[in-house]
Amino acid sequence: MKLKIALGMLAVLAATGAQAQSIRIGELNSYKVFPAFLEPYKKGWELALEEINKAGGVNGRKLEVISRDDNGNPGDAVRVAEELLSRENASVLMGTFASHIGLAVANLANQRKVVFIAAEPLTDKIVWENGNRYTFRLRPSTYMQVAMLVPEAAKLKKQRWAIVYPNYEYGQSATASFKKLLSAAQPGAQFVAEQAPALGKIEAGSVVQALMDAKPDAIFSSLFGADLQKFVREGNTRGLFKNMTVFNLLAGEPEYLDPLKDETPEGWWVTGYPWSEINTPAHKKFLAAYQAKWKDYPRLGSVVGYSTMYTVAHGVKKAGSTDPEKLIAALKGLEMDTPIGPIVYRAVDHQSTMGAYVGQLAKKKGVGTMVNWRFADGAHFLPPFAEVRAMRKD
Amino acid sequence: MSASSFLIQFLNGLASASSLFLVAAGLSLIFGVTRIVNFAHGSLFMLGMYLAVALAPQLGFWVSVPLAALAVAAFGALVESLLLRRLYGAPELLQLLATFALVLVIKDFTLWAWGPEDILGPRAPGLAGAVTIAGRQFPQYDLFLIFFGPAVLGLLWFVLTRTRWGTLVRAATQDREMAGALGVNQRWLFTSVFALGALLAGLGGAVQTPREPATLFIDLQIISDAFVVVVVGGLGSIPGAFLAALLIAEIKSFCIGFGYSKITLVVEFIVMAVVLVLRPWGLLGRMPAQSRGAGALEPPLLLPSRGLLAGLAALAFGLAMVPAVHTGYTLVLLTDILLFALFAVSLHFIMGPGGLHSFGHAAYFGLGAYGAGLLVQKGGVPMEAALALAPWLAAFGALVFGWFCVRLSGVYLAMLTLAFAQIAWSVIFQWDAFTGGSNGIVGIWPSSWLSSKTAYYYLTLLACTAGIALLWRVLYSPFGYAVRAGRDSPLRADAIGIDVRARQWAAFTFAGLFAGLAGALFAFSKGSISPEALSVTRSVDGLVMVLLGGIQTLTGPVWGAVLFTWLQDAVARGIDYWRAVIGGVILLLVLAFPQGVTGFLRERFAR
Repeated sequence: MKLKIALGMLAVLAATGAQAQSIRIGELNSYKVFPAFLEPYKKGWELALEEINKAGGVNGRKLEVISRDDNGNPGDAVRVAEELLSRENASVLMGTFASHIGLAVANLANQRKVVFIAAEPLTDKIVWENGNRYTFRLRPSTYMQVAMLVPEAAKLKKQRWAIVYPNYEYGQSATASFKKLLSAAQPGAQFVAEQAPALGKIEAGSVVQALMDAKPDAIFSSLFGADLQKFVREGNTRGLFKNMTVFNLLAGEPEYLDPLKDETPEGWWVTGYPWSEINTPAHKKFLAAYQAKWKDYPRLGSVVGYSTMYTVAHGVKKAGSTDPEKLIAALKGLEMDTPIGPIVYRAVDHQSTMGAYVGQLAKKKGVGTMVNWRFADGAHFLPPFAEVRAMRKD
Repeated sequence: MSASSFLIQFLNGLASASSLFLVAAGLSLIFGVTRIVNFAHGSLFMLGMYLAVALAPQLGFWVSVPLAALAVAAFGALVESLLLRRLYGAPELLQLLATFALVLVIKDFTLWAWGPEDILGPRAPGLAGAVTIAGRQFPQYDLFLIFFGPAVLGLLWFVLTRTRWGTLVRAATQDREMAGALGVNQRWLFTSVFALGALLAGLGGAVQTPREPATLFIDLQIISDAFVVVVVGGLGSIPGAFLAALLIAEIKSFCIGFGYSKITLVVEFIVMAVVLVLRPWGLLGRMPAQSRGAGALEPPLLLPSRGLLAGLAALAFGLAMVPAVHTGYTLVLLTDILLFALFAVSLHFIMGPGGLHSFGHAAYFGLGAYGAGLLVQKGGVPMEAALALAPWLAAFGALVFGWFCVRLSGVYLAMLTLAFAQIAWSVIFQWDAFTGGSNGIVGIWPSSWLSSKTAYYYLTLLACTAGIALLWRVLYSPFGYAVRAGRDSPLRADAIGIDVRARQWAAFTFAGLFAGLAGALFAFSKGSISPEALSVTRSVDGLVMVLLGGIQTLTGPVWGAVLFTWLQDAVARGIDYWRAVIGGVILLLVLAFPQGVTGFLRERFAR
């Protein structure tokens, strides 16, 4: 009996020992505010975590993720991050979706001197104006995605451009980047109308009418989600898109494309993720594993979650520890594979060179897909080092 | 803008007005009769949308719309008879807390039932295309809506003026107690009115599905629009709601048409502020009848007993000892709790003893926070000085907004505070160069001697206990008694020479000062600040804390803040559907302790 108890205690000790040995990663995101993007994201990192631990973990230690909901506001996100750091003893932070939350957590990471891998936020500021040495960002930024579309836009030699964007930082900086890059690529391009509806509250009929009044040759939009759906339906009904060239950032991502179904506007140029057509071995492997585990197809968020988790694993492996300074050194210039191609975390601004797919929308059996797509490697769509250094304050 | 596009924008406005009217009419009806500020009205709208898009594939759009509306009506009747009916005797605004809890529960239910993805419903069969008007393509369905809104208005008008039930509703809207005294069965009347209101909300949602997708955030978006329409039109006035919907939708449409789309962020709140300042009871509203003895009469705040004071002192001492035991996250959480307690107490100061219900108190919290951030970043002021100065910016904001607000009373006042908060929010959200726009300001940390968790905790503890103590102390000063007199009987207070409005204005400003202090402390504890600090959500959080603790008690708001912040922290950590759990807990608390938690305890001990 005593032996049994002693054995039992040993087992408990061993278990806590293993627990203490695992590498603890704090993850936070706005799961309840943006579930459409973040449920697939969570499935992505959970898959990666399972794979990494099945393969024996990192440096002989298992990875353990403690995940939290940040309630969709920066104040709570900072509190949650503090909890992950001081109560849960997380040695690395990852996650966030909205830009202002990403910036707030990056700012905290800088103050607490802990590495933060920003997964989803698109804002350019997180690696440039407000960049700091503890923060790395995976997803191609607003600027990069705009830059991927501009060559196609310039090729068409359209003179009169109308712009529509959600009225907050993402839409504003997408618009500013587009104007700047297109003017450089195609001198003389005119911007004849600008519509900036409040996020989630577009009066689609009026906006479509106002755009038609401006008689543009082409439209550049950075709408997404419900705004995009309303805009597309009204535009289809009112004939705005007939013989009109339209560029729409992000609209090819399954998260935003799939709800459009038979409304999908054909011929639009978009950035996105045509998951069913990518035939690289890396993606095939990811797709098979994802579908086997979740009985669902991956969205772009899945790729982001999956790759963020692997970023942490590769970084810790290369650093040989979770010490922030060593980890920063390891992450700077880290080269790794993702389901959509190899990436490098640039030493100069901590931005990964993850790319995106650029293509045109089409309808197949009442479902939206991308055609004529090609992969745009993020490395080619970033400003020169000197420009980046000037923007960063460190 | 050519004549034809002018015409089309006008028609666009008409179509939008119809949808806006449907949801606002229900809200107005419910408020008029039951005096419930139905926060869950947007959730009913959302349910209508989801039900319609879920039923449409099998039954077809035209069958799914009325079915969805009826289902929402049935749900509304259930909510009224099982939940709200128990709360009519409770202090006013408690129903608001209950409906807030419903919002949380319905949101998580919707997520669970229909999943996270937006669902774009089918086009309406028979009205899927466009007609040519003035050479432009105009959606047939929008034409249908243009006629549908007025048709519903006509129907409601008929029911309300030509049927016995309508007579009873109007009687109850004008004077609920008198209707009750004359033998009108209030239970049945209230349930039927609530069901009709829910039906209109569900119908509004269902008919909207060919125009926009069913999404999980539509509930809060619609509710603020609906409130604005109801208040601009005049509470309880159905034609007023129609007029207001028309006004707001047309203004929005033409703002877009003339290229001022950015202003649509806030235009309805500007309209509301202007209307309320010029016509305190809305376009077609009448001065509301004073409700007599609906809730338990508010007992005067007694001087806190020695035991309570000793207990509070012991609590403060205990809090000061915490860093000896815990140094990590406990301090972070306590810092949050303390500053929200100060925020809640400052709100309670005007809401409870002052009787000025504010739905926009976050404005002053946010002004304090932004004041602190901007002073440090743009002004180069040291952090300590910024912390001391920023609350005065909030107080100044409260001084300016308060001057308009204290001219009103009841829900009108609440909505005007909300309007000002939204206007302040949109300025900060929009003014990218100065306030950092939607991203806000990052990198505002305390000075190095305050930067450890323990040091900042002590600072917060000191500032918040001092602030709370001062607010409480003032309630028992001659000024505090004068403010309370103004709430209990403005007429008598006036008669004995108290300038009620001036006192209320001063109280409003004073409360703003301390909300600003809480905001400044918040900014430095987080290191960053974004427009969410003064969003509607923050205002509602404050309301929830005050109501949860008990509006007619002294210490209630503190316990409300503790409970709400702790609940969010504890529940969100482990449970997927944490919003529903919090909603459920609040519902249980509301049903068990309609006086608020502290109010309940006080009643217990008073016996």
